[in-house]
Amino acid sequence: MDNLDLIQQALPYLLEGTVVTIELTFWSLLIGIVIGLPLAFGQVYGNKALKFVIAIYERLARSIPLLVMLLLLNYGLPRLGLRIPVFRAAVIGIGLRSAAYQSQIYRGAIQSVGGSQLKAALSLGMSRFKAFFYIIAPQAIRIAIPPVANESAIVLKDTSLAFTIGVVELLRQGEYYIATSNKPMVIYLTVAFIYFVLTTLVNGGLSLFERKYQIPGIGIEGGHSDAY
Amino acid sequence: MPTKHLLKIEDLHHSFGSNQVLKGVSFSLNKGETKVIVGPSGTGKSTILNNIIRLVPPDQGKIYLEDTEITATKKINEVRQQIGFVFQDFGLFNHLTALGNIMVGLTKVKKMTKQAAAELALNELDRVGLKEFSDSYPSQLSGGQKQRVGIARALAMQPKLILFDEPTSSLDPELTGEVLKVMRNLAEDGMTMLVVTHEMGFARSVADELIFMEGGHIIEQGDPEQLFTEPVHQRTREFLFQLTDLYGEGGA
Repeated sequence: MDNLDLIQQALPYLLEGTVVTIELTFWSLLIGIVIGLPLAFGQVYGNKALKFVIAIYERLARSIPLLVMLLLLNYGLPRLGLRIPVFRAAVIGIGLRSAAYQSQIYRGAIQSVGGSQLKAALSLGMSRFKAFFYIIAPQAIRIAIPPVANESAIVLKDTSLAFTIGVVELLRQGEYYIATSNKPMVIYLTVAFIYFVLTTLVNGGLSLFERKYQIPGIGIEGGHSDAY
Repeated sequence: MPTKHLLKIEDLHHSFGSNQVLKGVSFSLNKGETKVIVGPSGTGKSTILNNIIRLVPPDQGKIYLEDTEITATKKINEVRQQIGFVFQDFGLFNHLTALGNIMVGLTKVKKMTKQAAAELALNELDRVGLKEFSDSYPSQLSGGQKQRVGIARALAMQPKLILFDEPTSSLDPELTGEVLKVMRNLAEDGMTMLVVTHEMGFARSVADELIFMEGGHIIEQGDPEQLFTEPVHQRTREFLFQLTDLYGEGGA
């Protein structure tokens, strides 16, 4: 059988898996934001005890290999009487780790805007909330876009680990098709190509966003002075 | 001579950890006056300014803006609207244009309409000679231009007085002149100003009163001409001459 024919036959199954991969990515990133943002606020504005607790969380979440985390959630927790469906287990594992990385991104972005702008905002009579909303956040978001794009691509690729606990996503669909066709090279390459397209879309989308809202002097591509 | 002081500072104390930087400072400011505080680094000059708008609340002492005790008020944001602050490192908002930097306080704090705010902002930019830079972002401006935007931003809030915290210390010597010129014009227009600076030429020619501080105390205060020519304290003489040697008498 011709390779192109093989790909053509495999494609519907692979795309089915691709949808699951996208769902995994979406929910994991969402958990990452929903948990990561408060963690970042806690680290910037919290007291010492809170900062300490968050630091421990981040150290743990960034030190445990994702695969070990997924195995713990899927095979460890049921022994404690807690059984989580595999899709959810995967999203929780990937999301909790992403939260640790995303909180670092947001914390850095908030802190990089700088105390002198905060002081200036307060000196105008703004409340701390207004200063954050109108002065800090608009800049922090722009600064965070490139690292968030990077983190999104990492999460997208790492959803492939969910296949080890039985989530039928892109890679698992590929495995199924290899089992019946015995053509690992072609199928794996097709799977790799789909990941390539997905990450390109994620990065492209976010850099489009970045360019649309770009301001001279903010972010990596800023800093050029054309005043002279 | 007005009987009521615009700003009154009584027995101000402040420490950073075990380092006591202010050890009982009192002075006052009348409407329309320009007072300049000079003194060696670490003497607490900038701390006084930060104490006044409670960016750093003082440990002890009282500060009044007219009848309001700033050190006790619950409405600090309302007090801050009435006191302009010009920072050494400008403190411009990097995501906003020169015009936007001036407008944001007007629209978000004073609740002015965008149109009215833009009109006022443009007027203030014109006043500091930067009308044609209204659409420039801070990264596209020189240091002197940034500081003039900072001054315009303070002015637009129509404050009762403006505090200047070493406004030219981050600037190249050739850029300090344009900022000092703007400040000189303000003083002549009757703006009430409290200025911390090392620019002796400005202090001597613009200040109504010069305050020399050292070690957390006011050593001597009075007419600048008198402090420069016949100071009471030997230390005042040494300091002023040393700085005049360093910075010259130039600068506006």
